[in-house]
Amino acid sequence: INHIVHNGGLYKRPFNEAFEETPMLVAVLTYVGYGVLTLFGYLRDFMRQWKIEKCQNATEREEQKDFVPLYQDFENFYNRNLYMRIRDSWNRPICSVPGAKVDMMERVSHDYNWTFTYTGRVIKDIINMGSYNYLGFAQKTGACQEAAAKVLSQYGAGVCSTRQEMGNLDKHEELEKLVARFLGVESAMAYGMGFATNSMNIPALVGKGCLILSDELNHASLVLGARLSGATIRIFKHNNMQSLEKLLKDAIVHGQPRTRRPWKKILILVEGIYSMEGSIVRLPEVIALKKKYKSYLYLDEAHSIGALGPSGRGVVEYFGLSPEDVDVMMGTFTKSFGAAGGYIGGKKELIDYLRTYSHSAAYATSMSPPVVEQIITSVKCIMGEDGTTVGEARVQQLAENTRYFRRRLKEMGFIIYGNEDSPVVPLMLYMPAKIGAFGREMLKRNIGVVVVGFPATPIIESRARFCLSAAHTKEMLDTALKEINEVGDLLQLKYSRRRLVPLLDRPFDETTYEETED
Amino acid sequence: MDVKSTPRYLYWLFCQFELITCSYLMEPWEKVLFYSFNLAVLGLLLYTTYVCVAAHASSALQLLCSFLGNPRANALAVVK
Repeated sequence: INHIVHNGGLYKRPFNEAFEETPMLVAVLTYVGYGVLTLFGYLRDFMRQWKIEKCQNATEREEQKDFVPLYQDFENFYNRNLYMRIRDSWNRPICSVPGAKVDMMERVSHDYNWTFTYTGRVIKDIINMGSYNYLGFAQKTGACQEAAAKVLSQYGAGVCSTRQEMGNLDKHEELEKLVARFLGVESAMAYGMGFATNSMNIPALVGKGCLILSDELNHASLVLGARLSGATIRIFKHNNMQSLEKLLKDAIVHGQPRTRRPWKKILILVEGIYSMEGSIVRLPEVIALKKKYKSYLYLDEAHSIGALGPSGRGVVEYFGLSPEDVDVMMGTFTKSFGAAGGYIGGKKELIDYLRTYSHSAAYATSMSPPVVEQIITSVKCIMGEDGTTVGEARVQQLAENTRYFRRRLKEMGFIIYGNEDSPVVPLMLYMPAKIGAFGREMLKRNIGVVVVGFPATPIIESRARFCLSAAHTKEMLDTALKEINEVGDLLQLKYSRRRLVPLLDRPFDETTYEETED
Repeated sequence: MDVKSTPRYLYWLFCQFELITCSYLMEPWEKVLFYSFNLAVLGLLLYTTYVCVAAHASSALQLLCSFLGNPRANALAVVK
């Protein structure tokens, strides 16, 4: 086992991340499956066009048939022929609070998923492995709910204004001071929607003449914000520091493309935990590079705040770094705090600038008061300021659940992506029929999972994504693991060839991408 | 998966075939079409195997028998 560290001892703890390679046979069979479905897709499209079969999807009107076609691209083909067949695994309506167990409304389809009807029955107590409920704050009883109910009776639900006009409540000020203290930054600002935090604030920070270096697998909100800003965007390979360094070197040496002037700003966009891969960003190395090449870092901690670190303060605490090294710390309240919204934390000048120039502050309605109170109560609980150790216990429970669940799944023989410590656990399915089969079989066994396929993932790498929670007890996890084992045997999902290759921290050139060695 | 009985195992194998070729997702008439196409291709393959390989094997066997039966007389003939 090679434990020699080549990157100057930046990591205080072992960084165990693995993405096992797709077995060749599985890849070939997946393509076979997609080939068959594509052929049948063409057949069905032909039948719909020649009116042999009733056309139930959206088409152009008769008068518009000679115009530029709207529904002929691959996305729409995929939608009508592949997605429709397995559509019942998504958009399932739930009718209770999405805690560790959830109630779901049962629905059936009589015309192969084109329309659904509700039977009227409610499936109770489904083990919820899909909600982003990392610390278990999605509850309908408890201190958070009582505080939120009190604030609801005091302030009402709506704010009816933007932050800059009449929507700046004292609750918002209290929240922002609390979030700044929680993160260890000078100042913070909260917004009503996590997606809007990214997409509306990146254009306020960078503009034309700036360079954005964005990870390959960044979230749509970061990509949208980067594109809206008008800056030049360059992509580096996922979590690959050699690729990032090469881009930084090229940017400094060559400058802007035509005029060769130096870039006004270089902003590196990374996420704390990538939700589709379960991988954690190599933050010590990114910060070292950022300091060396004098660029700025925007860290999106949507999934990692509350979920990583010994006291739940995110990926910065997980690596033992100082929050002052990260220029813009962004996060959301949706995942670990059981509320909705996002925040940005950083230096006071930055946040004061954003209060004036952010699109979200100027045009978006501010956060609803009960939601703000839920966040305030949950943050206080995590920090331990409400006088109990509930928060600390939850953070530790989540870490234990993560380690246990991941270890058991790996022992069973599934291919699991990502870092050992991330509570997001992607289990590889690969074949399109198994996506639908897995979702249905797990629901039959009273476990709710989220399955993901194209276009959220590459076309052959479809997966089931489990989100662990501090609210899951060991018994629930054991039940879930037993059922996953059964379904894995039934559907033959145990692809892993158990080649446990240790992650080699050796310097390698830009031509190698795989971190594991054969 | 415990091999309880052969029919059960065969059914499980058939389910795996369904999952891999995505006929699990097809409507019944599509399944009928797909399976009939598959069976037709399989039948043709078996027929081709029977016609070609059987004839080839029998001629090879005949050559071998002639080798063993009359080594001296036919050796020159075969070499020519």
